[in-house]
Amino acid sequence: MPGLIGKKIGMTSVFSEEGKNIPCTILEVGPCTVTQIKTEKADGYNAVQIGFEVQKDHRMTKALKGHFTKANSPMLKKLVEFSSFDEVKLGDTLTTELFEEGDFVEVVGTSKGKGFQGVVKRHGFKGVNDATHGQHNRQRHPGSIGAASYPARVFKGMRMGGQMGNARVKIENLRVVKVLADRNLILVNGAVPGANNSYITIEK
Amino acid sequence: MNLTEQISKELNQTSELPKFGSGDTITVSYKIIEGEKERIQDFKGVVIQRRGVGATETFTIRKISSSIGVERIFPLNSPLIANITVNKKGKVRRARIFYLRNLTGKSARIKERR
Repeated sequence: MPGLIGKKIGMTSVFSEEGKNIPCTILEVGPCTVTQIKTEKADGYNAVQIGFEVQKDHRMTKALKGHFTKANSPMLKKLVEFSSFDEVKLGDTLTTELFEEGDFVEVVGTSKGKGFQGVVKRHGFKGVNDATHGQHNRQRHPGSIGAASYPARVFKGMRMGGQMGNARVKIENLRVVKVLADRNLILVNGAVPGANNSYITIEK
Repeated sequence: MNLTEQISKELNQTSELPKFGSGDTITVSYKIIEGEKERIQDFKGVVIQRRGVGATETFTIRKISSSIGVERIFPLNSPLIANITVNKKGKVRRARIFYLRNLTGKSARIKERR
């Protein structure tokens, strides 16, 4: 799907004409430059690589400098590949024009990292609801994780504590509430994964 | 001002409303849409609080309707607010005058600010 790279700015709310208060996320989207067109013949698959956010020249490696110069594009911070763009050329600039008010989009971001979390926070386990009746140190424990000598092991995929957040998350069917093309901003209905100022990709 | 505040301010520009605060008696003319038709309903009472910032700022109005206390919360930036008129400026010492809920009759009066 064709898409663009952007940044999460923050959340606000907007009133619709019927007087409904719509929670919105402000996204800075584009302008993106096409930096490489991958073809089945040369790369084994079809894709379009686009870049976002200008970087100072001296912060680039020589290899990347060459890559951008070849595409006739400025030095860029973030590169992402998308499939099925129709008719783009190397060095083209893509802006918010791709999206219209009322469109439904998918937004991919990196969720906020929560660190190593127990099962109550991570998987919504209930824990033990009593502090008394024989419980003294297991209020937030998972309970049993399996049977005894048969199967004599813990099944794969058993939900336990571990790293939570800081993972790629996609949110589907977010409605585009407003497009402020002059400032490269898009408002979508609802929340978007990640912290403010983090990179996101928005797909049609 | 950061970009988020700036954008929300721009997108929530409602028509000019008069200044009012808690203790004031105001009339809110609120549009009510019934299918195709649209009519305006007035709600008159004492402002007992204003809360929130920017796009989500709201205010609460309390009135006594046939000896039952009625409170209504309005979003300040709602496009359905047709008009607000300030009937009386009240003199109160605090921003949230919830103590009014426990008072009735003569003791529930608020001095007018002149």
